[in-house]
Amino acid sequence: MRSTRLSDRAFRTGLVLGGVVVSVLLIAIFLSLLLSSRPALVKNGLRFLTGTEWNPVTDTFHALPFVAGTLLTSFVALIIATILSLALSVLMGEYFKKGVFANIMRTAVELLAGIPSVVYGFIGLFFLAPLIRLLQEAVGAPPYGVSILTASILLAFMILPYSASIGREMISLVPSDLKEAALSLGATPSETVWKVTLPYARSGILGGILLSLGRAMGETMAVTMVIGNANDLTPNILGPGNTMASLIANEFSEASGDVYLASLIEIALLLFIISTLINVVGKIIVNRMAQAS
Amino acid sequence: MKISRIAVAAIILTVAAGLGFSQSVQLVGAGATFPAPFYTKVFDEYNKQFGVQVNFQAIGSGGGQTQLKGKTVDFGASDVIVTDEVAKSFPAPFVSIPMVAGAAVITYNLPGSPELKLTPDIVADMFLGTIKRWNDSRIAALNPTVKLPNTAITVVHRSDGSGTTAVFSDYLSKVSDNWKSKVGVGQSLSWPVGVGGKGNPGVAGLVKQLPGAVGYVELIYALQNSMPYAQLKNKSGNFVKPSLASTTAAANVTIPDDVTKVSLTDTEAADGYPISTFTWILIYKEQSYDNKAQAKADAMVKLLWWLTHDAQQYAQPLSYATLPPAVVAKAETLIKSITFNGTPLMK
Repeated sequence: MRSTRLSDRAFRTGLVLGGVVVSVLLIAIFLSLLLSSRPALVKNGLRFLTGTEWNPVTDTFHALPFVAGTLLTSFVALIIATILSLALSVLMGEYFKKGVFANIMRTAVELLAGIPSVVYGFIGLFFLAPLIRLLQEAVGAPPYGVSILTASILLAFMILPYSASIGREMISLVPSDLKEAALSLGATPSETVWKVTLPYARSGILGGILLSLGRAMGETMAVTMVIGNANDLTPNILGPGNTMASLIANEFSEASGDVYLASLIEIALLLFIISTLINVVGKIIVNRMAQAS
Repeated sequence: MKISRIAVAAIILTVAAGLGFSQSVQLVGAGATFPAPFYTKVFDEYNKQFGVQVNFQAIGSGGGQTQLKGKTVDFGASDVIVTDEVAKSFPAPFVSIPMVAGAAVITYNLPGSPELKLTPDIVADMFLGTIKRWNDSRIAALNPTVKLPNTAITVVHRSDGSGTTAVFSDYLSKVSDNWKSKVGVGQSLSWPVGVGGKGNPGVAGLVKQLPGAVGYVELIYALQNSMPYAQLKNKSGNFVKPSLASTTAAANVTIPDDVTKVSLTDTEAADGYPISTFTWILIYKEQSYDNKAQAKADAMVKLLWWLTHDAQQYAQPLSYATLPPAVVAKAETLIKSITFNGTPLMK
């Protein structure tokens, strides 16, 4: 008896330790970002958030173009991915639950998550970019091929597996007596999906989308390859831009000078804060939805 | 109990083996990516010939400088000369010794991949965005035999900080006042026009993708990937094709005693290619620091001597330009100035 209690206690301690390590790590990351970006925080001031110039030659460092680029690519990607993943999760969770086709589809979606991002980058550069160039030519934008839209579409496919897998799980968890009740009351299958299944599973589906948003905001390699890396504020999604993560990946290794390096770390700090904020806001929305349903 | 004793014995043995291993001289360096293939080859050769292991990490010129500053490496490697201002932030004086030379070439995507002739002012105006189309009269006047299309010029530049951008912008600042005042010199710039690609492959990929694109890549990269590149008019008025020979030739100028003050960009040499540069190894002048063994300092100085002499034979096959004799002579003086407790390590 005694040994069971002991092993139980050890198990519990192990779990607590794991939790503590993760929380401490998160706080440590925040603090080290804060400390390392000190010279930039002092020199750049609040102008860092509102200015639009990034010029290492004159030591002028403003973050707005990259904040805009990150938010723009992530949310456009999110819209595209949400539409696709909703369709996929309904198809996989409702219509094809078992069988060969269901297995193939599920494996395909899971494989999408395993492709390295540099491979996505190459697909984007050599397959997607020429298509976007046709679009740019058609509307009279400079035909670079690489653009914020190119990056967004690529990101949408990269984050799709996460939201689709969770969406499928959530939809298959909807109690079948609820759906049967709707059908027995004369609802068509599509009405059942729209009015019963999706509302029931929406907080879980939204949670999955939120998880994928985090990945979209932090992606570097694939984005760098197709976004054009123009460090200006571009409201036009057909024009080239840059994101915070991509800027850091590009310039960190060759950044010389204390303020320059610290400014890149300040960008990382800002990305950290924005990700946290979006996650907190997302959590609140998910909780509200869960309570409502 | 028995198992734990075996484990302890194993740990002690491993640690002992590790200590024994580190007693043979091992040198550590970090920095520039451009000369990394050359360094990998010659350090491997050096280990075979002299049994000294040199571990080099290609983390970028900026990283090389930072690591040397933090004294975590025996030497740093950089494509750009450390400015006097930045040098002041180092804990001790250091020397910069040239190793090999490289060049940046102007590449483009035009039908038929013609070999264009360009002048400095045209290059500057293309990258400033003032010349907008390929059939511009100034380009056409220089290239009467080439049929230039009426396509827009799309500038492709490096998105990552790089020594290639540094040498390219250093050249443009020398030949164009407009460039100097509007953009300036640096490893990363605020570009007036165009799109960025990461690394030489990124720039090359975009240039190949975009009809009418113009960009700059390292000479080695253009040679290895058979990309078209332009002849450039140098200071003496000759159109020079970029090559290993014309890069070495760019250093046929009067070399000042402080070799770091020599700039190969916009060279005065008659047959020199004007966007050329040295790549450097940085090392502290006084090697006795942080309990460093003299054997290690000795090995370091011998390595530098070998690199600037015998190792030069490995440069050409790897598409790097060798140091001209006048520069090797200056490098010798620099190596002889490295001391241990105030005494020169090499006489």
